[in-house]
Amino acid sequence: MKGKELWSSVVEAPAVPARPWPRLQLRALFYRPRGDSPVKRLFIHLALWVACLIAVYPVLRVVTISLRPANKLLTTSLAIIPEDATLVNYIELLFGRPGRPTEFYLWIWNSLLITVTTATIGLLLSATAAYAFSRFRFPGRNAGLIFLLSTQMFPAAMLLLPLFIMISRLGLINSYLGLVIAYSVTAVPFSIWMLKGYYDTIPRDLEEAALIDGASRLGVLWHIIRPLSTPALAIAFLFNFMSSWNEYIVARIILNKREMYTWPLGLWTFTEQYTVLWGKFAAASILVAVPVTLLFLYSSRWLISGLTLGGVKE
Amino acid sequence: MGALTPEVMVRSLSQVLSFILAIALVLALLEGYVYLLFFRRPRALLGAIFTRTVQSAIAALMLLLFLRFLDRMGLIADLVAALGLAPLLTLPERVWAAWSALSPMPWRLLLPFFLILALELLIYFAGEPRPSRLGLAYVLILPALIGISFLIIIPFLFEVRLAFSNMAMYTAQNPEFGLRYGIENFIKVFTGPVAKDATFFEVFGRTVLWTAINVFFHVTGGLILALLLNRPMRLRGLYRTILILPWAVPSTITAMAWRNEFDFRYGLFNILLRNVQQFFTDLAAQAQSLPLIYDLLAWLSQAIHPVPWRQDPTWAFISVVMTNVWLGIPFMMVVILGGLQSISQEYYEAAEIDGASKWQQFRHITLPLLRPVLVPATILGTVWTFNRFEVIYLVTQGGPQEKTDILVSSLYKAIFQFYRYGFSAAFALVIFFILLLWSIFYLRITKGLRGVYE
Repeated sequence: MKGKELWSSVVEAPAVPARPWPRLQLRALFYRPRGDSPVKRLFIHLALWVACLIAVYPVLRVVTISLRPANKLLTTSLAIIPEDATLVNYIELLFGRPGRPTEFYLWIWNSLLITVTTATIGLLLSATAAYAFSRFRFPGRNAGLIFLLSTQMFPAAMLLLPLFIMISRLGLINSYLGLVIAYSVTAVPFSIWMLKGYYDTIPRDLEEAALIDGASRLGVLWHIIRPLSTPALAIAFLFNFMSSWNEYIVARIILNKREMYTWPLGLWTFTEQYTVLWGKFAAASILVAVPVTLLFLYSSRWLISGLTLGGVKE
Repeated sequence: MGALTPEVMVRSLSQVLSFILAIALVLALLEGYVYLLFFRRPRALLGAIFTRTVQSAIAALMLLLFLRFLDRMGLIADLVAALGLAPLLTLPERVWAAWSALSPMPWRLLLPFFLILALELLIYFAGEPRPSRLGLAYVLILPALIGISFLIIIPFLFEVRLAFSNMAMYTAQNPEFGLRYGIENFIKVFTGPVAKDATFFEVFGRTVLWTAINVFFHVTGGLILALLLNRPMRLRGLYRTILILPWAVPSTITAMAWRNEFDFRYGLFNILLRNVQQFFTDLAAQAQSLPLIYDLLAWLSQAIHPVPWRQDPTWAFISVVMTNVWLGIPFMMVVILGGLQSISQEYYEAAEIDGASKWQQFRHITLPLLRPVLVPATILGTVWTFNRFEVIYLVTQGGPQEKTDILVSSLYKAIFQFYRYGFSAAFALVIFFILLLWSIFYLRITKGLRGVYE
């Protein structure tokens, strides 16, 4: 029965009204319905191939270097898979050399702790404030919003000096907390701004209905807004995670003890030695970059929608 | 040399978790305090006396701790000395020291917490509910407000104060403050070198150039790629994914990769240039009998040659710009693609029926309808490019001879290489005002605040 209905609705679909013949003008003689000619399509694909090559080649070069044996590091060859390709750089990085344990896991661990803490604090401090900015008209709201907007426009480097002095006076140099504080400076306002943008898109009717039914404002926040905003919270968390995960410059001034290094600092130690360990550097880059890149590509759709919602922010 | 051992993991994890826990507990107490202020009214006279006493005591304690924090940061040293507040401000610390001697670790922190919690509960039961329209807004905003004041507002005030000091490497512990130093610092920003040799206006000019070139290529490149991608075709998802890669790969890594490619001997660009040069030289050798073509080829083989990316200021600048353009295009592409997809196909169909050429369609449909996306993206892109010196720092470190420094990277150098703290604070404020003027201009031309207020 159901299939039959479906079928008849397809067969007896109303005829598409014929498009009126374009009035006879000179241009109308050359009118062609949309759709690109094969030659044009070829050129488009060609252009995209070139663009992709430019986008991907520098990254592939890192892969190449990571596969080179130590005596072939410096070469003018442009081959992607080098001759005598070897995994020795990866093995040394992951398992260390005899008598010299690898520091790689320590760096990753440090980075992980710092970034997760930063992202958590970003959410902890901002999730509720964003809701207040979105729903209440309280004195100070507009000033607060302008302030938040302006924090998006000013460089983090601007507050680096006072923060650095404050952090060192609190004795937090070389600690996780010092770096977490420095990263939260951008993470907190950004999270508020982004989440406010998201809350603005949630229709108010839901809350008003619940309020009329006798729910409390906090109850509404917990039972209606929280489940609805989980994706936005995830985006804010992920975004703060990514931006502090990749950070190098601030980490360099706050952390100078080797066992506190985050992975970008750790990777740099390979380049600062007497003989630059490009192979190891490249191998470590690949190992770090692959999961982060996959995570980014996987979540890019939501990340981007979050960005455009909350005003655009890097 | 540290490997990751279980002990290290436990130690660091407990440090971080206790930090988060402490923040959560303190926030909970503060939230309770503010909630009671707004939503509870004491019932009887006795309750009122009790409630107000406790609330004033907690407020006084918070004020004291806050002032002590400012004092510890060296922000209010003059005031403390003038009013003789030092003994009062250190009172909480002395009490805390005595208390720490008395109690073992977890209780040292947990007992005060439970004490204040109990007081708050007492206040709760001594009162009756009171309606408050906006109270909840302030309760909800409180955590962020505290966070932002400690992370942004206090550091900013500190920076203003530092700008009026002679703080530098040798006076880091006991800087002197005064209007004289402030004026000196600001004059030095505009007249003296900002890092080592480069002057402010030179670096500022380069920053404007850096920003303009980068944003131009980001937007044009992003627009072209987005236009190419914005059509049904095969492999579209694959192209999109690959083209986002420069944005997706951690920029620390890609910047380092690019840095290697600018090596004179082993870098990709010079290898390519050398190969092209070789190609023309060989060709010229074969075409010796054809006079005009030979001249052209010979000239080409002379003109194209490996480039000293690291030593020559102009080429070094080009190298950082190339890197940053490569890094920035995907973001613009994605933003513009989003904008393109929101434009209805019907406009184009109508235009095509009316006989509009592709260029006319682009000019009169695509561009105007992209405006709401393009304008904010461009302006914010400008600000980020202006502020973003990670690429410069990683690729050239501002060299050679600071010829690739922009304002923010000079600021970084002035702080962390030359330790000119007072000067750097003034410098940072100057950069701040430049950006402030730009933002006001931006808000004017886009009427951007409408969207903020709704």
